[in-house]
Amino acid sequence: MKCRKCGNAAAIELRRHNAAFCAPDFQEFFRNQVREAIRRHRMFGRDERVLVAVSGGKDSLALWDVLIDEGYDTTGLYLDLGIFDYSVESKAKCEAFAQARGVPLLVRRVAEEVGAPVPVIKQVTRRPPCSGCGLSKRYLMNRAALEAGIPVVATGHNLDDEAATLFGSVMHWQMDALPRQSPALASTHPKLVRRVKPLYRLSERETAAFAFMRKIDYIVEECPFAIGATSIAHKETLNRMEDASPGAKHNFLFGFLEKARPAFEQAETVVLNECARCGQVTTGTLCAFCKLADQVKRSV
Amino acid sequence: MKVVLRNPRREVEVTGNRRVKEILRELNIIPETVLVIRGDDLVTADQVIADGDTIELRPVMSGGAEPRTSSALSGVSEPRPSISAHPRFKPASRVLS
Repeated sequence: MKCRKCGNAAAIELRRHNAAFCAPDFQEFFRNQVREAIRRHRMFGRDERVLVAVSGGKDSLALWDVLIDEGYDTTGLYLDLGIFDYSVESKAKCEAFAQARGVPLLVRRVAEEVGAPVPVIKQVTRRPPCSGCGLSKRYLMNRAALEAGIPVVATGHNLDDEAATLFGSVMHWQMDALPRQSPALASTHPKLVRRVKPLYRLSERETAAFAFMRKIDYIVEECPFAIGATSIAHKETLNRMEDASPGAKHNFLFGFLEKARPAFEQAETVVLNECARCGQVTTGTLCAFCKLADQVKRSV
Repeated sequence: MKVVLRNPRREVEVTGNRRVKEILRELNIIPETVLVIRGDDLVTADQVIADGDTIELRPVMSGGAEPRTSSALSGVSEPRPSISAHPRFKPASRVLS
């Protein structure tokens, strides 16, 4: 198999693009996709600081790597979930990455912010662990950005993540979730920073390949709580479809973004308030994060 | 050849010189879900792995995601328009590829 650009031996085949690339040309393809995502959705400008949410995994560290090389003013944010050895190792990966590249890294501990680490939150709420974890992450990312005066948070969500989320939303026709699915969410309140996903054009395999080629030391082991998660089952289903029909995931997600999403977006109206306790944005009186912290406090 | 699998880490033996796609098919692994690594390089599905070689099949799937429920709406997952819905946003004319 030959590289589409230079004709040398290929390192990776991208069936959905009917192409193969050598390592240098694949990395350029990867950077071009990130540039296109940023440009197309006006995610952030050269003069803006960007808070990159990093987990120690391939996606977020690959994203940070590209943004640093592109010359953006980035700060990393690691949220310590307190998930046993997994969190210890993933934090070490982020710290090593930041130190090697000379970029700042903020660390926030969920146990301090919520009152207990994710494994305890899981027990207290009796909900899937990803539920309390995701809620805490979104809240803390936004708050950390506000505190640091950074207008935008970039996350490492890739095409597979987005397609799987869309698949789950469609499977349950979650009409409130569909308008929110976007590579870039605007700031619609002074206390809400922009949230962007510059890797949404790249598959999970492509981000893994980029991280490998760039010799990024990322955590390969899976979060122990992700085992059996519904989103993983959705990814497996989509990957079987992709295997039978290359481009299936891309067409599913991009077709939605281009053709269907505007219709759902128009149908939505919402009033934003500030949480009576913490002042962060909520659609109710008390935000979900404060409710979660209350629940943890009562039980621990 | 020795094939190293991850999560959990384990090894299996596959005999003979084989193409990567044959190895994946035999192990019932969808090519989209792994990187195939030999030494410091990635290898493509058409390449032949020699009997004495070692390859790693590194999974690329990650995740675990918050189930989207209406209760999550009272957090900061509030509905808000994409940047492209902003009145000042002018979409690019180029078609996505």
